Amino acid sequence: MDVAFIIETIIKIVVLLLVFSALAGFGTYFERKVLAFMQRRLGPMHVGPYGLLQIAADGVKLFTKEDIIPQNVVAPIFKIAPVITAATAFMAAAAIPFLPEFTLFGYTVRPIISDVNIGVLYVVGVMAIGLYGPLLGGMASANKWSLISAARAASVFISYEVVTGLALLAPIMLVGSLSLIDMNNYQSDGWMIWSQPVAFILFVIATFAETGRTPFHLIANDHEIIDGFGTEYSGMRWGLFFIGEYANMFFISFVTALIFLGGFGDGSLLGALALLGKVAFLFFFFLWTRAAWPDVRPDQLMWLCWKVLMPIAIINIVVTGFVVMF
Amino acid sequence: MSMEQFQDRNVGTQNYFTVDIEDYPVTGMDKFRRVLKRTFRGELFVGLWVVLREMFKFDIHTVQYPKEKLPIGPRYRAIHQMQRLWESGTERCIGCGLCEKICISDCIRMDTRIDDNSRKEVTQYSINLGRCIFCGYCAEVCPELAIVHGGEYENASEQRAHFTLYEDMLTPVDEAIAQKQKEFPGFGAITPHEDERVTKTPLAY
Repeated sequence: MDVAFIIETIIKIVVLLLVFSALAGFGTYFERKVLAFMQRRLGPMHVGPYGLLQIAADGVKLFTKEDIIPQNVVAPIFKIAPVITAATAFMAAAAIPFLPEFTLFGYTVRPIISDVNIGVLYVVGVMAIGLYGPLLGGMASANKWSLISAARAASVFISYEVVTGLALLAPIMLVGSLSLIDMNNYQSDGWMIWSQPVAFILFVIATFAETGRTPFHLIANDHEIIDGFGTEYSGMRWGLFFIGEYANMFFISFVTALIFLGGFGDGSLLGALALLGKVAFLFFFFLWTRAAWPDVRPDQLMWLCWKVLMPIAIINIVVTGFVVMF
Repeated sequence: MSMEQFQDRNVGTQNYFTVDIEDYPVTGMDKFRRVLKRTFRGELFVGLWVVLREMFKFDIHTVQYPKEKLPIGPRYRAIHQMQRLWESGTERCIGCGLCEKICISDCIRMDTRIDDNSRKEVTQYSINLGRCIFCGYCAEVCPELAIVHGGEYENASEQRAHFTLYEDMLTPVDEAIAQKQKEFPGFGAITPHEDERVTKTPLAY
C-alpha cells in the first residue's frame, strides 16, 4: 500500500475526529440556545460572551470529574459501553463524503475516508451497533431505571431498524449502488425527495428513533427514567455517550442530505456550501422538534414502526420495483 | 360572570356544561379513521410554527438575577430598618420595648437607660435574624414608626445565628437630615388616607 495514501487517510481521520468532537460540543451549546429562545429564555449567558465558553467549561468539568464505578455493576461491560457508542458513531462516518472533491495546493483531496462500495449498508449497520452502548450500559448498571432503559433500547432498536432499512431500500433500487457518492451523483437532475417522498418521511422518522431525539426520546428519558442508561455514569464516560449522540445526529443529517436532499450537487463550492446548509437545517430540525413535540410512549413507537411505517415502507418498495421494472 | 353561580351549592341546578370530548373509537375502522385524521390534520406543524414564532419574536422573559433584580413590593417584610425623624435627624426609637415584648420568636433584645435629659435611650439593640420569622409584629406594634421592614432580602449566612445591630439598621444621620430617608409605605405604616379616616375620640358619652 502506498505510504502517501496511509498518511493521507490518517490525517483525514484525525481531522474528522477533531472537527466532529468539537461540533458535538458546539451542538450542545446550539441546542441549549435554540431551546431557550423557543421557550423565551436566554440559555447559557455567564461563561464568556453570550455563554460561548460554556462548551469549554463543560469539557473541563467532564474531563476532571471523578469517574465513579458503582458497586454491583458489571465493571468491564460498564466501562466499555460508552466507548461503543462514541466509537461506532465515528466509525460510521468513514463512508460519508462530507464535501465534494477539492484541490488543495495542487493535491486532490477526497473528503471521504473510504469510498467503500457498500457505503449505505456500512453506515446504517455501524450506526445500529451503536445501540449496544445504551443496551450494555443499561444492563450492566445494577440500576432499575437503567435496566428499563436497556429494555426500551432493545425493543426500539428492533422496531426502527426495520423501517430504516426498508425506507432506504427504495432509493437504493433507483440508484443501483450503495455508495453515497453514487447516490449524490444520481440526483444531479432532481433530488431524491421528489421521486421518493414516502421513503424520505419514513427515513426521517426512523432517524429520530435512531438518534433518540425527542418524539422518540424514550431510551434516555430524563423525566420518567432519570436519563436511563446514563444514570450511573459520571465524568467522561457519560461525556462519551453525549459525544456519540451528537456526532450521530450530525452524521445522520449528512446521510439524509446526501441520499434525499441532493447532497453536494455537482461538486462546486456552491454545492458544498449547500450541503453544509442542508445539514445545518436538519440538525436544527432535531432541536426544533425537541422544543415543539411531546414524547411518545415505547408501545406507541413500536405500534407506529411495526403496524404503520413498515407496511407503508413495503408498499413503497413494491411500487418502486414496478416503476423500475416497467 | 357573577359570583352567584359559584355560591349556589345546590349541585345539579347550575348551568354547567361538559367539555367537548369525542367518544373513544370502538371498532377497528373507527380507530383507523382517527389515526388518519390525526396524521393529516397537521397538528405537529402547528406546534413547530408556534415555537419558531416565539424564537423570532425574541420576547425573552429571563431576569439575570444577580445583575438584574425584580422590584419588590412595598409590603414585603425583609430585614428591619431603624428610622430617624425627618428634620432633626434624632432617632425615632423611644426605647419603649414593645417590639421586644411582642416578638413571638424572641429574637429582639434591647437595653436602655435614662440619659441626661431624662429621656430613655437605647444602649443596645440586636435582632437575631436566624430566629426572626419576619412576621412584622415589631413594625406593627411600634408607636413611633421607628422599626420597619426594608427591602433587603439577600440574607444568606454561614451561621444559624446571624445578628443585626441597631447601628447597622439605623438610617445614617446625614441621609435623614438631607431628607433622603425612604419612608416606609408597608407593614405597620400609616396608610395613605389615614387623615380622612381618623375620628376624634369621643370624650363624653
